[in-house]
Amino acid sequence: MTDYKIQMKNVHKSFGSKHILRGIDLNVEKGTSMVIIGGSGTGKSVSLKCILGLIQPDSGSIKIDGEETTEYNEQERDALMRKFGMLFQGGALFDSLPVWQNVAFGLIHAENMSHKDAHDVAVEKLKAVGLGSKVADLFPAELSGGMQKRVSLARAIATNPEIIFFDEPTTGLDPIMADVINDLIVQCVRDLGATALTITHDMASVRKIADHVSMIYDGQIIWSDTIKHLDRSGSAFVDQFIHGRADGPITKHVSMTD
Amino acid sequence: MLTKFHPLSWISFLCQHIGAMILAMCVMVGKLSAFVFDTMRHAVTPPWYPQKILAQFVSIGFFSLAVVGMTALFSGMVIALQSYTGFSRFNAEGAVANVVVLTITRELAPVLAGLMLAARVGASIAAEIGTMRVTEQIDALRTLNVNPMKYLVVPRVLAGFIMLPILVFIADIIGVMGGWLVGVYVLDFSSASYINQTLDFVTWADVNSGLIKAAVFGLIVTIMGCYNGYHSGRGAQGVGRATTNAVVSSAILILIFNYILTQVLFS
Repeated sequence: MTDYKIQMKNVHKSFGSKHILRGIDLNVEKGTSMVIIGGSGTGKSVSLKCILGLIQPDSGSIKIDGEETTEYNEQERDALMRKFGMLFQGGALFDSLPVWQNVAFGLIHAENMSHKDAHDVAVEKLKAVGLGSKVADLFPAELSGGMQKRVSLARAIATNPEIIFFDEPTTGLDPIMADVINDLIVQCVRDLGATALTITHDMASVRKIADHVSMIYDGQIIWSDTIKHLDRSGSAFVDQFIHGRADGPITKHVSMTD
Repeated sequence: MLTKFHPLSWISFLCQHIGAMILAMCVMVGKLSAFVFDTMRHAVTPPWYPQKILAQFVSIGFFSLAVVGMTALFSGMVIALQSYTGFSRFNAEGAVANVVVLTITRELAPVLAGLMLAARVGASIAAEIGTMRVTEQIDALRTLNVNPMKYLVVPRVLAGFIMLPILVFIADIIGVMGGWLVGVYVLDFSSASYINQTLDFVTWADVNSGLIKAAVFGLIVTIMGCYNGYHSGRGAQGVGRATTNAVVSSAILILIFNYILTQVLFS
């Protein structure tokens, strides 16, 4: 039997009258990198936040390491959070803290590491994402977008998580910096032996970091397979998306529903 | 398109809107109560963040001293002036010191300090936490296994609850001093008799009632700031609205609770 790290089954979520997730089924194997692709507003971010427990799904099952997590109480949720690391789309760095305290935040506050040890780990993690120790004492506002993403990545991997989530890691970066971040993601995930779940609509990023690809459309996973089958998916929706065509079933559906 | 005017449609329109408003208010009261309960629960369970709490004591307490002090000083001064000109109509000028100390301790120091705190601290709390919500920093706290209620909300609410009474106690003294300044240097009272009259007249019950009010107002300001920031809508507009709501709702709640507390404390 395959060892699944994350399993979502028939997950539904509505906000008011908007039915965002309409039965998501997703399986992520342990130690692999899954990338979810899909247009804006199709439910990518909401799916991710449901797994993280930041959003409570209306119905369905979400299992981490085979354990049902949707009914977790606060303590169990806290324990589960230790397994997670997340790179937010905008970086979400704490702007009132210097870079090293951002990176060491989880170590200091959740794992009660001393400031000195946490500082050392932070500098080491910053090095892992290609930033020198001089950056450690700067504030996030003093960094460029690409550097902020690197710091955010360093923070996501600081506690050596088992599962790392990447929310549009390359959005807003120039193509070269995007590629650097992609390389770092691949390297960090491999070094930690972690399971990675990424959401993106950057196809260059997908081809670089994915083992498996799932396409989400209208709140459902409509296609899921390994990366090497992406170009022969047999799905008109996937084809339109990966080639970025204005004409196709996705846009046809949109114009019909409007 | 031109629709025929019908009085019934207006009534139904009005009813719909009033109904929706009442429902929205019920939802808001429920959410706010849950938020207050959550804050209390997190305030009494570990982990605590002493550094964060201390920082808020300084930022909410110490840095409000100047603005609260100025408010109290000029309020005390104007009361002395107003009561003198008013009371001289029926030859009761001698009561100026009594009126100043009573109005300041019971009423003006806590209410004005509360309102100033709403403007200074409530707004900044809502804007700061709202921005953290919008930029996903609150979600980031969760993923780093730190509870945002404990890390962001509890220190602020605790600081408001403890620091506003201290601020008001200082404001009491400064306010009375304002009255004394005007009494002695403008109205030609004798300094010693003004002070004696003040100290003879004021009771601890007067001062304590003001401090109890201050503690409640401190809670109102910080909780409304945190609540509105925490539930801020998207974007700059969302944060702007959260800030406005925080200030307006805490100002109104302060005035409402001021009446309720006065009724309870002096009945």
